Amino acid sequence: MIPRRLAKNGIALTGIVIVSLYIIVILVSFFWLPFDPVKIDADHLLEEPSLKTGHIFGTDEFGRDILSRIMKGSLVSLVISLSATTMGALIGVTMGIWAGYLGGRWDNWIMRIADIIFAFPSLLLAIFVMAILGEKTWNVVIAIGIVYIPQFARISRGAILSVKTNEFVRAARSNGASAIFILYRHLLPNILVPIIVQVSLALSVSILLESSLSFLGLGIQPPWPSWGNMLSSARKVMVLAPWTAIYPGFAIVFLVLGFNLLGDGLRDILDPRLKNVG
Amino acid sequence: MESNVGRYIAKRLLSLIPVLFGVSLIVFFLVRLIPGSALQMYLGTQVEATAEQMVELKRIFGEDRPVLVLYVEWLGRLLQGDFGISLRTGREVLPDILSRLPLSLELTVMALLIALLFGIPQGILASLKRNPFVDVLNRVVGLLGLSLPQFWLAALMVLFFSGFRGWIPMGNYVGFFQDPLRNIQMLLLPSLAIGIGLAAVIMRYTRNSMLEVLEMDYIRTARAKGLRKRSVIFGHALKNAILPVITVAGFNTGYLLGGAIVIEEVFALPGMGRLALYAIYQRDYPVIQGIVLVIAAIFVLVNLATDLIYAMADPRIRLDDSGRKS
Repeated sequence: MIPRRLAKNGIALTGIVIVSLYIIVILVSFFWLPFDPVKIDADHLLEEPSLKTGHIFGTDEFGRDILSRIMKGSLVSLVISLSATTMGALIGVTMGIWAGYLGGRWDNWIMRIADIIFAFPSLLLAIFVMAILGEKTWNVVIAIGIVYIPQFARISRGAILSVKTNEFVRAARSNGASAIFILYRHLLPNILVPIIVQVSLALSVSILLESSLSFLGLGIQPPWPSWGNMLSSARKVMVLAPWTAIYPGFAIVFLVLGFNLLGDGLRDILDPRLKNVG
Repeated sequence: MESNVGRYIAKRLLSLIPVLFGVSLIVFFLVRLIPGSALQMYLGTQVEATAEQMVELKRIFGEDRPVLVLYVEWLGRLLQGDFGISLRTGREVLPDILSRLPLSLELTVMALLIALLFGIPQGILASLKRNPFVDVLNRVVGLLGLSLPQFWLAALMVLFFSGFRGWIPMGNYVGFFQDPLRNIQMLLLPSLAIGIGLAAVIMRYTRNSMLEVLEMDYIRTARAKGLRKRSVIFGHALKNAILPVITVAGFNTGYLLGGAIVIEEVFALPGMGRLALYAIYQRDYPVIQGIVLVIAAIFVLVNLATDLIYAMADPRIRLDDSGRKS
């Protein structure tokens, strides 16, 4: 039922198509890349895009093929944003549903913690965490994942509060079901809709956060390519060679747009109350 | 009614205390997670210290006392405005931060104004001209605004405007009070790069909010009374539709502030963001701590102000926080 509605929703469908394109690119990049993305090629420095040389997006200041680097970088971006979102969602949802279900003092304490994390603007928090943990790839995941904890906690707490007064919860409890069983078996499936929508939005934001961190030199470290650090090194040469800055930026924008379209479309499909808002 | 608002404000102000306290805990203890003590880092660049000097240094760096005592001491000094001393420059941290704060705030405010000035009129227009094409276009533009990396926009601007002298603020930055016109001219492109994405988001919110309001009974009544369309839209509808938009704008100040940090780096502007990055590259932790604290405090206060504006403007004061976006 949902797949059919997805297919009918142009916005969500466009999002799916865009994201799938990136996944195909990643799969292809495992087996084939036009050029070696990290090998320095002194004979082809800052070559402009041309079909003849095969560098269709041009080369950077080390003679490396931009297209190959973008392809390689898409793996990094997607893996990091998926891992960070998963981490934030797992911790945040766990906090939120227990806070909402237990209520009272637990609720107060758990949500206070979420409030405190929420008191930091997201990029600042990610920068701060990176500054402390050091510039390792997995630290990027932690730095971005932490940002999402309060968002997922709030959303899932609110959702639990609205379903926990249902008859079936009381019925399950009077049957002697444990809190864990009620929470994960009965309540969690009922609040998946807002969580799924939030996941796709979080995926889009984490691509932006990762590229910002890498752009500032705090994320993925060269020579391993990421869209952010490609843009960072492009800054020095972009007036001479605009292609070094233009293509990696488009790679970011389209993937982020893809996740945003998907999230927005999913919200239409899964949450009909918001349908007219468009 | 009045007392209700008063009680709400008091409640919100009180709720700030545990949040700010928690922020200070996180900032203090996270920095202590860093391998290697501040003293070692400090000594790393200095000559060997004698035994007596070491005792004195250990006292100054607090290595002779338990961590909780250090936290309480640190918090006490913070409350007196003493944010410590930079490990690199030896200067006091707070004055350095405060001298760079105005530029970052100016960028943030200009970006916010740009977002509102572009976003709200476009959103109103979009709500009045409805057809399937315009609706989809609006939605896609709104989502595109969410998808544009600010630093990339900034880089593109540098690329396109590099031929126009003086529009790209490089090198000699001019303060607002030195030469306001020149200052605003220099900050125009950076704040456009920060704010234009939010403008698209605001446009979308304004449109949706207007559409919701325009369907309400009192609008139909106003129209039925024979009031002109223009006065209904601006007098009746906009007044109510604008409220959620202001909330969205307020809660996104954190996004703008974060943007300012990155954009300052692109345009080489001497604001707080550059100070922060420099401190991070140099591992100058007192400076990092200070900046994070200052920005978090500003962010918390802006969020509170947004809540209060909302509470005062909307008689039905919504006490939950479900409107947050950032």
